[in-house]
Amino acid sequence: MATADDQFYREYILDHYKNPRNYGRLENPDISHEEDNPLCGDVVGMDFRVNEGVIEDIRFHGRGCAISQAAASLLTERLKGLPLEEAKKINKDDVLGELGIEISPARIKCALLSLKVLKVGAYGLAGDDEE
Amino acid sequence: MTMATRTLDVAAIRKDFPIFETGIAYLDSANTSQRPKQVTGAMLDYFEKFNSNIHRAAYRIAEEATVRYEATREKVRAFINAASTKEIIYTRGTTEAINLVAYSWGRRNIRSGDLIVLTILDHHSNIVPWQILAAEKDAKIEYVDIDERGELRQDQLAALLARGPKLVAFNLVSNALGTINPARDMVAAAKKAGATVLVDGAQSTPHQPVDVRALGCDFYAFSGHKMLGPTGAGILYGRRELLEAMDPFMAGGDMIKAVRVEGTTYHDLPWKFEAGTQAIAEVIGLGAAVDYLGGLGMDAVRAHELEITEYAYEALSDVEGLTVYGPPPSRRAGVISFSLDGIHPHDLATIADRDQVCLRAGHHCAMPLMTRLGIPATARASFYVYTLKEEVDRLVSSIGEAQRIFA
Repeated sequence: MATADDQFYREYILDHYKNPRNYGRLENPDISHEEDNPLCGDVVGMDFRVNEGVIEDIRFHGRGCAISQAAASLLTERLKGLPLEEAKKINKDDVLGELGIEISPARIKCALLSLKVLKVGAYGLAGDDEE
Repeated sequence: MTMATRTLDVAAIRKDFPIFETGIAYLDSANTSQRPKQVTGAMLDYFEKFNSNIHRAAYRIAEEATVRYEATREKVRAFINAASTKEIIYTRGTTEAINLVAYSWGRRNIRSGDLIVLTILDHHSNIVPWQILAAEKDAKIEYVDIDERGELRQDQLAALLARGPKLVAFNLVSNALGTINPARDMVAAAKKAGATVLVDGAQSTPHQPVDVRALGCDFYAFSGHKMLGPTGAGILYGRRELLEAMDPFMAGGDMIKAVRVEGTTYHDLPWKFEAGTQAIAEVIGLGAAVDYLGGLGMDAVRAHELEITEYAYEALSDVEGLTVYGPPPSRRAGVISFSLDGIHPHDLATIADRDQVCLRAGHHCAMPLMTRLGIPATARASFYVYTLKEEVDRLVSSIGEAQRIFA
């Protein structure tokens, strides 16, 4: 079966998994946060450089299934250059929409792990107690 | 070792399990097994013909319910060769059974500075209750490590026994690697060192003959739902003198002889440990499961699983980029944990699921072991009385599909 035909493991998801964008660490990041999903051992961490309220640079690291890692890679692409206040508004539906595949309840935590990293990390820096 | 005198007629067995009509290849029996019509039928009989509470009512159907509920105790006693039905305590499962011992025996017997010996192969349910007890009593826990084949380091156990532990607890079969531990020797050594011994039999009782008296342990815990029975019914076996001396675990109705405002006299064994309305249908179902397994013969069950495990071990070992964890088939139960280069177990399980192959992916409630092996998770295939070689072939084909997708 050709990979392009696969309804779940779409070509772009496998591409982000195998060639993750913005992968690695930043030196002296303004925000650094890591979350894991102990059930399956997925880990995603993100380093942010924030300049005048804008995410100037971002890197992610981690390990895990294709869904968790591709979702993280896709999210960093979106976050780079975005004002932090805009980044905070990104929600579950945005992330799932970006992935563009039907995610089963069993895999939803994989898909949303990087969003959790963003939320906890971004709100932590702003000292904002909302959400 | 007894040689198997019978072989399983797997085709006939599968007719007892309506779920296989769905076309699934069920390779997750170490997680929970399927249940035959004989088990669900026994439960349905209770619901439809004599549904009532036990030990409390004088009418006929309540007597019928009580008789059937109590009949499971004798079936289980015989199944594990305990000395008396007083030693067979109904619990919700292995987890509750171990918690019962940690609470009722542990709180009275573990003191500050005492040593508890566990193993790195243990399931969380045989680790966390002891961690809570140790924290409460300021006791110490040491873990026996494994060697490179996933087998317990007996030299380490011997060294820990020399320190005079109060309790030694371990699983007879590892749920994550399938390792069959040399339990009889381990129990004998631990008893000689003066320890009380609990054996977690969750993964052994469904798959091989068990004789608790030959084993010589003080406590033995297992679950019904991994041995063709329903969820919510399991067993704690305990040596009578230990159980007699223990405080109740849960308190309430049915575990008492007399309650006065000044105080309460507890019921005799085994009911002292069975407070509140019990899982009546589930216990009756467990009795039917024990009958079913007894009919097959546990030597034949083990022989069948060994044959499937050898077949699967070989088939999986032939797959490029696949790593199997744990000992060779002759020293493992029907469990194979493995990983694939470049493919996370969850992705493999998702792809297998599309072929109706049910595969477990995760840490298998054995995070200390996963940490020890330096891996976050594995994929795990596990087998039972109804498993066909053809289902193993379907797994191998799903693995090939995953490798094509991730190539």
